[in-house]
Amino acid sequence: MKKSVIFGALTVAGLSAGAAAAATLDDVKARGKLNCGVTTGLVGFAAPDASGEWQGFDVAVCRAVAAAVLGDKTAVEFVPTTGKTRFTALASGEVDMLARNTTWTLTRDVDLKNEFVGINYYDGQGFMIRKDLGVTSAKDLNGATVCIQTGTTTELNLADFFRANDMEYEPVPIETNAEAQQQYLAGACDVYTTDSSGLAATRATFENPKDHIILPEIISKEPLGPLVRHGDQQWGDIVRWTLNALIAAEEYGLTSANVEELAENGTDKPNVNRILGVEGNLGEMLGLESDWAVRAIAAGGNYGELFAKHIGEDTPVGLARGLNAQWKDGGLMYAPPFR
Amino acid sequence: MSDTHAESVRYVRDTMLPEQPPPATEVGVLGWMRESLFSTWLNAILTVLSVLFIYYVLSGILPWVFQSVWYAGSLDECRQIMKETWGETHGHACWAVIRDRWLQLLYGFYPPYPAYPDANVGAPPAGWWLPAYFRPNLAFVLLIVALAPVLFDTVSRKLLVVTAAYPFLMPWLMWGGSLWVPVGVALGFVILFAVVKYGSVRLGSLAAIITGVAAMLVWWGVLLGPFAGVMDQILPIALPTVESREFGGFMLALLIGIVAIGLSLPIGIVLALGRRSDLLIIKSLCVGFIELIRGVPLITLLFVASVLLNYFMPPGTDFDIIMRVMIMVTVFASAYMAEVIRGGLAALPKGQYEGADSLGLDYWQAQRLVIMPQALKISIPGIVSTFIGVFKDTTLVSIIGLLDPIGLSQGIRANQEWNGIYWELFAFIALLFFIFCFGMSRYSMYLERKLQRENR
Repeated sequence: MKKSVIFGALTVAGLSAGAAAAATLDDVKARGKLNCGVTTGLVGFAAPDASGEWQGFDVAVCRAVAAAVLGDKTAVEFVPTTGKTRFTALASGEVDMLARNTTWTLTRDVDLKNEFVGINYYDGQGFMIRKDLGVTSAKDLNGATVCIQTGTTTELNLADFFRANDMEYEPVPIETNAEAQQQYLAGACDVYTTDSSGLAATRATFENPKDHIILPEIISKEPLGPLVRHGDQQWGDIVRWTLNALIAAEEYGLTSANVEELAENGTDKPNVNRILGVEGNLGEMLGLESDWAVRAIAAGGNYGELFAKHIGEDTPVGLARGLNAQWKDGGLMYAPPFR
Repeated sequence: MSDTHAESVRYVRDTMLPEQPPPATEVGVLGWMRESLFSTWLNAILTVLSVLFIYYVLSGILPWVFQSVWYAGSLDECRQIMKETWGETHGHACWAVIRDRWLQLLYGFYPPYPAYPDANVGAPPAGWWLPAYFRPNLAFVLLIVALAPVLFDTVSRKLLVVTAAYPFLMPWLMWGGSLWVPVGVALGFVILFAVVKYGSVRLGSLAAIITGVAAMLVWWGVLLGPFAGVMDQILPIALPTVESREFGGFMLALLIGIVAIGLSLPIGIVLALGRRSDLLIIKSLCVGFIELIRGVPLITLLFVASVLLNYFMPPGTDFDIIMRVMIMVTVFASAYMAEVIRGGLAALPKGQYEGADSLGLDYWQAQRLVIMPQALKISIPGIVSTFIGVFKDTTLVSIIGLLDPIGLSQGIRANQEWNGIYWELFAFIALLFFIFCFGMSRYSMYLERKLQRENR
């Protein structure tokens, strides 16, 4: 009896959530603002600056979507979410999309009823260690003490890696990245392991970054990307193709500097013209205006520009493109054709 | 005969000796030190050890605090300046981060000039004469004015008007919107009061209370919207609205703390009385509530507020997250408060209850005039430590993604300039909390001294 009541309530809640989800685009347009879930703070990916403006690589995706849908890259309400609240914030409709360095896994996609719309950063778990310990490979880490954030996939990856290589380790559980920095520098652990982008950002803050090395082994796949909730295909398409437009723009040489001019005059390449909305009616199919992609690209730049600005080699985070280079340059960034 | 025994002793002094100062080792600084620090060998050793320990701690902390960098744009710059000045970076604070972000740590993303969303503290809008953040600041000043007559009996009673208006004025100042909404909410209480006061003669007191509450709910639920709408047409007074999402920093901690503290005391009193009541239903309701809430960690309640309520409410209902959190923290604090006050009630001798009855006082009169003043006095230390605990617990909201000082410190650290800074932010936050908690604790000691009746 009691169970059926609870299930009944859940069903009603689920149905009504589905009903609301069906028209995210209309909701966003009516509201005039995009609600975008971001982290509470991760170097290079999302952080509020001194005047309260959110900046970062994930934030830029939100801004591009807002520009494509609403024509205004500032029409975004950033909702800080923690690792524990992010999926419920999305499922309950508190946010329209999440751009929160979230690893695409099967459970999160299928069981939690989310829809990952693409990958904006290919990450992987790595190790950082003091140089004077003389370790050059993760295979030499037998018996090491390892600082590890609890409750993340990195914890499971670490256990898998050490078991597969028949090694032992002593975990030093920690809660946040900032705490990990302190513990590692204080010598509480020999090795710090997390996503390699995080390691690079952390190492950049050290007084003597050269005294620490990031070991070459990457022990997991962490494809990070934006996601929306199940049940609203149109909205999922919009976010997916906005991200694809940013990636394709880099491939075709469209930048924030030249995209508006090119859109005005048109180019001699039909596939570029279709992105620009000069030819075809791709925007209309998505339920957007024809210059949606132009606005998305003009918001902050193409994928390469965003990468260089927020996490690239000239920034303190200093990440190389690596796997995140365009497919032509040997990376994995490959936007499907716009036709 | 004389009883001086002059004839039986050889010598009797017949003049008084002049008074001499006590030995230097018994009075003054020396005497005090001898008495309290070096009275035995063990104490002397302990004293020396303690002094060494204090010196060790201070010799680390003081240079860190005072030989520090205030003017820098990033942690790297800080470190460069430290190297140039002291030759090393270890043991020097980089307060530049506080200088850069103190407004954010205090106010979160609250717009400094809500009427002009684009203006910031550095560039105030032209022709704007009010100082930045005047709304939260005014709310804080009014809080002090509203609290003064409650806390100190030397302050004019007339200020109680501000105290009564404050619960309605503060939300209006902070969130903005039409003035007529808080006025309408206040009118609901006026209706309740009027019905209870004038209806109890005709209806009897219980029926009057029930009618009054029903009338109040009808007023709020049905008539408040049209009332505010009509009044807005006649006399539009409104402040620009500020979204809850923009609340943050110490202001948020203070807001949640004050609401929880202010509401938990009356609710706690009612719950405590309910728990001691003879009416079965009321008693079991109160016991159930108290035990359920006390049996659950605050963080669980916060997760319920942030996550579960979202699922159960129809989508699109925008039930404010800060409101949800405030309700949960208040509920939590009330359950603890109820038990603290019940302790005070239990400590009163039975004679006090019987004495009140023998004077012919009814239940509420007895509570108001005899029981509560004594029970609350006994419970002061417990009440204040619950208050302090609740105020500090507000930092837990960072776990559900609200940007209180702790949440913001994470966001600040996620900026490339300040990544890697750690202790300075926590030291600043600790200082803010210390000021308020220490103030509360001092006030409770003052109150206890003032109310002491027994040993005067």
